[in-house]
Amino acid sequence: MDPQHVVNDLVIRFANVNGTGSASANEMFAKSVFRMGIPVTPKNIFPSNIQGLPTWYEVRINGKGYLGRREGIDILVGVNPQSQSRDIESIRPGGYYVYDNSKKLHDQYIRDDINYIGIPMIKLAMEHYENPRLQQLFKNIIYVGAVATLIDVDLEVVKAVIAEQFEKKPKLVPPNYLALSLGVNYVKENYEFPLPIRVERVDKVGDSILIDGNTACGLGAIYAGATMMAWYPITPSTSIASAFEKYCKKLRIDPESGKKNYAFVQAEDELAAIGMVIGASWNGARAFTSTSGPGVSLMNEFIGLSYFAEIPVVLINVQRGGPSTGMPTRTQQGDILSSAYASHGDTKHPMLFPSTPAECFEMTVQCFDLADRLLTLVFLISDLDLGMNNHLSPPLKWDDNKRYDLGKILSAEDLENMSEPFGRYLDVDGDAIPYRTIPGTHPTKGSFFTRGTSHDEYAKYSELGEVYLRNVDRLAQKWETAKTLVPSPEFYQKENQSEYGLVFFGTTTYAAIEAMELMKEEGVVIDSMRVKSFPFHAEVVDFIEKHDQVIVVEQNRDAQFRTLLINELEVNPSRLISIVNYDGMPITAHAIKTQIVDKLSVAEA
Amino acid sequence: MSYVKPKFHHPALKKNKVGYVKADYEGVISTLCAGCGHDSISGAIIQACYEISLEPHKLAKLSGIGCSSKTPTYFLSNSHGFNSVHGRMPSITTGANMANKDLIYLGVSGDGDTASIGMGQFVHAVRRNLNMTYIVMNNGCYGLTKGQDSATADFGSISKSGSENPYQAIDLVGLALELNATFVGRSFSGDKEQLVPMIKAAMSHPGFAFLDVISPCVTFNNNKGSTKSYTHVRAHIEATSLFDFVPKEEEINVQYNEGTSTKVELFDGSEIHLSKLAPNWDPTDRRSAVNRLQDAKSTGNILTGLLYIDPESQDFHSKLDTSDIPLNQLKQEVLCPGNEKLENINSGFR
Repeated sequence: MDPQHVVNDLVIRFANVNGTGSASANEMFAKSVFRMGIPVTPKNIFPSNIQGLPTWYEVRINGKGYLGRREGIDILVGVNPQSQSRDIESIRPGGYYVYDNSKKLHDQYIRDDINYIGIPMIKLAMEHYENPRLQQLFKNIIYVGAVATLIDVDLEVVKAVIAEQFEKKPKLVPPNYLALSLGVNYVKENYEFPLPIRVERVDKVGDSILIDGNTACGLGAIYAGATMMAWYPITPSTSIASAFEKYCKKLRIDPESGKKNYAFVQAEDELAAIGMVIGASWNGARAFTSTSGPGVSLMNEFIGLSYFAEIPVVLINVQRGGPSTGMPTRTQQGDILSSAYASHGDTKHPMLFPSTPAECFEMTVQCFDLADRLLTLVFLISDLDLGMNNHLSPPLKWDDNKRYDLGKILSAEDLENMSEPFGRYLDVDGDAIPYRTIPGTHPTKGSFFTRGTSHDEYAKYSELGEVYLRNVDRLAQKWETAKTLVPSPEFYQKENQSEYGLVFFGTTTYAAIEAMELMKEEGVVIDSMRVKSFPFHAEVVDFIEKHDQVIVVEQNRDAQFRTLLINELEVNPSRLISIVNYDGMPITAHAIKTQIVDKLSVAEA
Repeated sequence: MSYVKPKFHHPALKKNKVGYVKADYEGVISTLCAGCGHDSISGAIIQACYEISLEPHKLAKLSGIGCSSKTPTYFLSNSHGFNSVHGRMPSITTGANMANKDLIYLGVSGDGDTASIGMGQFVHAVRRNLNMTYIVMNNGCYGLTKGQDSATADFGSISKSGSENPYQAIDLVGLALELNATFVGRSFSGDKEQLVPMIKAAMSHPGFAFLDVISPCVTFNNNKGSTKSYTHVRAHIEATSLFDFVPKEEEINVQYNEGTSTKVELFDGSEIHLSKLAPNWDPTDRRSAVNRLQDAKSTGNILTGLLYIDPESQDFHSKLDTSDIPLNQLKQEVLCPGNEKLENINSGFR
């Protein structure tokens, strides 16, 4: 086999057994590459299980800064006999299989188009460590040492990362260093290194950070001033709650009393979680919940209450593979329609679509401002890939001059000075957004009765058709106001140059940008737009109008985003070409590019 | 349709300590059936709030769905109210309470709203010892949907259509005791003497105060053979005690007989005085309450009165250790950590 000399462009996949401590070893590997200034994209492909099942950790290393997933595994580090057969099949011809040769590899696993690199991982671990649990853990560090040497990762960087990892347990540093050196030395003594496919220090990450979207959401909620989170455990959203609590403990303890400036409530189910958020928000605190598709399904009745009674709610939906319990540990953008129109009756909810952890932070804050301003529920639509995987992201930023937009709240003084009676559902300003009062504000003014039943401008129950119409028509009008407040889309060209337009959102962005670049290299230029919000901004409408054919890329089977565009903008469906990926793995540039080429050639034929 | 009562009243009406007359605690005119037990409970709530000199805007009234859940419009018009969705009042109240620990929370529910669709949220509010008064207006049937048996309908009770209930009843008081609720009482809509002081005590209790109030449905469950009819309840009522609630700083005039009376001091200095009628029962001993409840049940009686109170009750906020200032009053300066801290956090991710 001819060695291909490739620098800073490879995919390494670690095949492990879950519950064996491999995740932290793999993360240290990815972090070391990141510390060498090379853009990395780690993806944790894990089972819905705690111990004993196959789990993979895939790291794409790309000097050009492409952050989407890429097909074709260059190096597979196989330490799980259960998945060995498929793991070996998954390696690209000419790739490498790094495996534990403590036992001889069975003949059935020998492919003649790949390279085999045996490291006696468990044997070395058993020789140097007595405790079986430690043998297991250090086996992981042994393969990190071996792989680092094979692809030329700076070992001093790896050691620094290890030292940081065990900062609080410094006794663990020397045995980890020993394990690392066992792997390093075995490679040095037995193989030619580095491989033709390797890494090299560059300066391509700038001030970026390596962080997961859920942590950024949790921090965003803290910076937005959320004081109550109610939630119910569900993959892949749970780590938002963990992050919120973790950072609240650091950032939200009253320095004098030591008491908490937040309430963190694990609810009995998702229904209760959103009920608590509605209650807290009604009572003037910023509150939020996070969940995934099944949780949103359960919350539907309350979502309608929030819409109709006009109570601000921030709901973070970290999507996973549906329907039903679906693929709880795989990613999808499958809750677009069920979020946009959640609940019975005529309902619509604003949605924001972050595509990086930095945007998870920023848009979580925006969600709170929008919810308070519009007095409605606002979704942050994330997904498992964005939420649970580490991403190379711009740093999180907060503008110290920014003031929260708490919307239209009447104080006791405002109520005192009002010449007209207070109407909770009265459109005073002509923007269809009413004013609200917080319970306890004034002894005799501003009280009202919140209800999910039909009500007039003064929150009084009414079954009169004209009263109902005035209210729901105002809500429709409020939706028009929302269009002027939500973030505008991002464009990737100064001016339109093609009759084709590419539309994408959320985590599809990485792969879409890469696909555009790949096509550009082949002389195909397509205009593109990343949608950041629903309702659709006027600029979204304009972009679609200006292109004959619009290619909509998304990660679900039924092209839900395309349906949303058709439904909301009355676009002729024949103008919207759909590209989808819904196998639970993040979409790749290759998948987008080949589908575009296929569809366009059909369209032109 | 809501009918608004006239606001003006006779100038000679007695004002309470905070300057309100009783009419200031009223709501709009009830649209429930004439004679409905729920209206009597609304009256007791008005009376209790007036007597303890509560400022109406310092209370939030919340409910679920059903006849009972309509009642918050019939009292305390100057309080914010929230008629939420079926069975979910506890979660709304939990959130509201988290946002502002300084208001009094009065939750009103029914037997369908609590013992069926809302059972999950009810038991978890008990578990957290949420600081609220939770009143179930218990009539054993679904009034608003025309009289179906509810989960609190007694085994063997005869419905208006003549059918006998084949299912065991959920006894909400027994359940609340089992779940370690810190204040448990039962009363009867027709017994204002007992109900008014019980509501007052419940509102002073720092934790989950549960009141199961038998409240006959005159339209669908007041027939012969029903165990929730006025006639049946009056004939089978058995009280644990004669009951009085003495707010803080108020002189105690009533004399209680030594040996038969008990005094329970509440955290704010108020007192509950009980002239005990039930033998072998101590209001601060959960086990004795459970036993008394079972004894009454075995004789077909309905035990009313204060059954249990935990004077050491620690509410949900205490468990969470939240700030003394209500969370909804914290400003951006306190809540937002600022960019410098964020820069440090960023460094940890490099």
